[in-house]
Amino acid sequence: MNRTVNITVNGVAYQETVPIRMLLVDFIRDRLGLTGTHISCTYEGRCGACTVQVNGEAVKSCMLLAVQADGDSVTTIEGLSKDGQPHPLQQTFNEHHALQCGYCTPGILMNIEEFLRKNPRPSETEIRHALIGNICRCTGYVHIVEAIAAAADRMR
Amino acid sequence: MADTGIGASVRRKEDQRFITGRGHYTDDLNRPGQAYAFFVRSPHAHARIKSVNTAAAARSPGVIGVFTGQDVAADKLGSIPCGWGVTQKDGKPMNAPPHMPLAADKARYVGDQVALVVAETYNQARDAAEKVVVDYEVLPASVDLAATAKKGAPVIHDQAPNNVCFVWGLGDEAATKAAFAKAHHVAKLNLVNNRVIPNAIEPRAAIGDFDTGDDSYTLYVTSQNPHLARLVISAFVQIAPESKLRVVAPDVGGGFGSKIFIYAEECVVTWASRKVGRPVKWTAERFESFLSDAHGRDHLTHVELALDKDGKFLGLRVDTTANMGAYLSNFASAIPTYLYGTLLQGVYTTAAIYCEVTSVFTNTVPVDAVRGAGRPEATYLIERIVDVAASDMGIDRAEIRRRNFIAAIAFPYQTQVALQYDSGNYGASLEKALTMIDYAGFEKRRKEAAGRGKLRGIGLASYIEACGIAPSQVVGSLGAGVGLYEAGQVRFDATGNVTVFTGSHTHGQSHETTFAQIVSDYLGVPFEKIEVVHGDSGRIPFGMGTYGSRSLAVGGSAIVRAMDKVIAKGRRIAAHLLEASEADIEFKAGKFSVKGTDRAKTIGEIAFAAYVPHNYPLSELEPGLDETAFYDPANFTFPAGTHVCEVEIDRDTGVVAVERWVAVDDFGRIINPMVVAGQVQGGVAHGVGQALCEAAVYDKSGQLLTGSYMDYCMPRAGDLPSIEVDTTVTLCTHNPLGVKGCGETGAIAAPATLINAIVDALAPLGVKHIEMPATSQRVWQAIHSAS
Repeated sequence: MNRTVNITVNGVAYQETVPIRMLLVDFIRDRLGLTGTHISCTYEGRCGACTVQVNGEAVKSCMLLAVQADGDSVTTIEGLSKDGQPHPLQQTFNEHHALQCGYCTPGILMNIEEFLRKNPRPSETEIRHALIGNICRCTGYVHIVEAIAAAADRMR
Repeated sequence: MADTGIGASVRRKEDQRFITGRGHYTDDLNRPGQAYAFFVRSPHAHARIKSVNTAAAARSPGVIGVFTGQDVAADKLGSIPCGWGVTQKDGKPMNAPPHMPLAADKARYVGDQVALVVAETYNQARDAAEKVVVDYEVLPASVDLAATAKKGAPVIHDQAPNNVCFVWGLGDEAATKAAFAKAHHVAKLNLVNNRVIPNAIEPRAAIGDFDTGDDSYTLYVTSQNPHLARLVISAFVQIAPESKLRVVAPDVGGGFGSKIFIYAEECVVTWASRKVGRPVKWTAERFESFLSDAHGRDHLTHVELALDKDGKFLGLRVDTTANMGAYLSNFASAIPTYLYGTLLQGVYTTAAIYCEVTSVFTNTVPVDAVRGAGRPEATYLIERIVDVAASDMGIDRAEIRRRNFIAAIAFPYQTQVALQYDSGNYGASLEKALTMIDYAGFEKRRKEAAGRGKLRGIGLASYIEACGIAPSQVVGSLGAGVGLYEAGQVRFDATGNVTVFTGSHTHGQSHETTFAQIVSDYLGVPFEKIEVVHGDSGRIPFGMGTYGSRSLAVGGSAIVRAMDKVIAKGRRIAAHLLEASEADIEFKAGKFSVKGTDRAKTIGEIAFAAYVPHNYPLSELEPGLDETAFYDPANFTFPAGTHVCEVEIDRDTGVVAVERWVAVDDFGRIINPMVVAGQVQGGVAHGVGQALCEAAVYDKSGQLLTGSYMDYCMPRAGDLPSIEVDTTVTLCTHNPLGVKGCGETGAIAAPATLINAIVDALAPLGVKHIEMPATSQRVWQAIHSAS
């Protein structure tokens, strides 16, 4: 069974007819070709690699159906930088070597962008708590925590 | 050059595409006309396949083809090989049963590939797979590592009686026996090195793409070593000659060993793309990663250490049973032998060593290298038994290590277990680490914690690793089926840009940056003008790939050798252009100059002359500036160091909190300190995972109980401290960069460090040992059974 949905992704309005069983992450990756959003735990909501923002709120896009985002505005990693300017988090992740293989990185950035809006002066403990929904197998998180703290400083 | 050359914390080139979501991982790629694959996997750990009925699946909507083990046999595909033949203690070769890409006679583990369905869409393939009817005769399974070689256990392969792959020994058995006979004290321990699942965050994926125009194949695959994949799929599985197969490993989302191996799935989709005449794509769901990525570790060991009255180590005796799983994966036999037994000298002068390893089959996922591979197992048992000995004899744990370290002046040092260490200073790393953590002040912190009701402990481990595998002739004499050199190509274009082609593969290691730093430093070319290309057998001359922390020591050295050739040729071109003798030309900071004069040509001008050879010695020299080198290392490299950590344990819950972690490592020359820190921190996190929460658990029937991220626990940001990293330096003596390698050391040092700290915290209760993973349940039980 199919249904037509209207979803705005990174500021572009899409009208697409999708199977009602299609997950939002598959809509983003397969239908729109925005492959920066990744899949790791395969639809269990445990790894955070597929995190995007729906109406500004970080969500794991494997935990939603595309039809549930009908009428919503979605931001993916491809929409994080504005007007050609990298987001401070993108800058500090590079400066602090906060990524290695890069596979978990888009999900972390989309999660933490929302976190810093809600908590502009986080402690290290709060940053680590905010990261619990994202698994990174490469870095041991040390540089990620440092990069987030540095981005928070820069954004104030 | 200081800001982008060797030793600078240069920001990574590769980050730009990853932080903007524009990387190209295998599953991000799609080929025109692509079909989708889903594998039918055995739900039984051990079952005879009586028949496979594909008729209903073939009629299912969208299905293009259904293939079984019978089809694989009909096309005469070969077995997926184990690349290292171990010679047994009795001189016989190991028992190496075949591993066909699709099982035809028996399924031997839950997840074993039995059939492939190819359809127009992924969901159609997945739905149709449920209509493949496999008639299994379920057999009793052999799952228990301790029991699988015992009489009466179900036999998994006809070629391996008693499920034994090999019994292997290393060291001097008689001398070791004599050492124990004169011991003042013998420390003894039984320990388990728990089975872990690698869980690279990117699941494995493969696209087979057969070109009907020229009968050639391209395989896009999540691989740490695309050329090795080409070799195996060509020479052994015999799908196509190497000249007709291109293997591309694009951006790869972590490997940790699991993407070294050439798996059934990537062989089968390559083959199937010809059968259906279309590209065939397969991407693992995470449950498939758990059921088919090679697992790691899984040893049962009894270890004994003989000491004299002063705590000097006289002898070490090790008896290990190592799990191979259901089939021999590509490097499986080398892990518990040449990457394990050879490391049992550790950093100590132990006078006599003997190690015996029995490697066995079970009805479980194949076991092979996971980050560290053999060396974490060796370090864990050495550093645990050293702590046990220190505790038995009442000697401080740092002091007993000092008394037994190989002295800084003793290099080169010939070990009792085949290796020769070229350089090191183990005392320097230990003392620096102890200072950083304030070892002397620990008892005060223990007391303070006790006042808050917490059990605080400190633990240390002084490890050594052999990496940079390896001298081809040495490994060849030990049974390796391949040479283990590396290839590097350095190509100037006419306008002075440099493209470096490397047989190493980066899947997080940062080669695009660090290799460019080396080239910038050596050739004096701006960092921005250097591109590093990896992961494509169609573009790179050859490669053995990335594993065992070999990329910089072997792959980096190959690039240096290629640059030497570039400079040698440049010198001849410069001599011609500057009308000087070649002997008078010196090269420095990107310039060829005539000694003692200001006459010079930049390397960019030389490159231009080489590609536009109007004024050029064409009768003596070919045009172009493009050189390739193969580098075969003279020895392994030997990173070493000491890690120290402190833990606090909650008595009521058994929860272990890692409060501090200090790592002091000797990696030889460091190219990029920021990248090295990241490698160490990531490795420690991996080792903390093994020690604290990770374990592959099977039930008696061979079902994997920890088959998802819900059930298999990995460390998250809240479980780890901010790992403090520092270094000491002794240079490697035999490679041109003086480098050793850093990717695995954290995973090697961390389990022993952490368990030593936990046992120290629990020691006041009388606890002598705790098995990994030290989950809160296990710690709580230890607390309560002790008191």
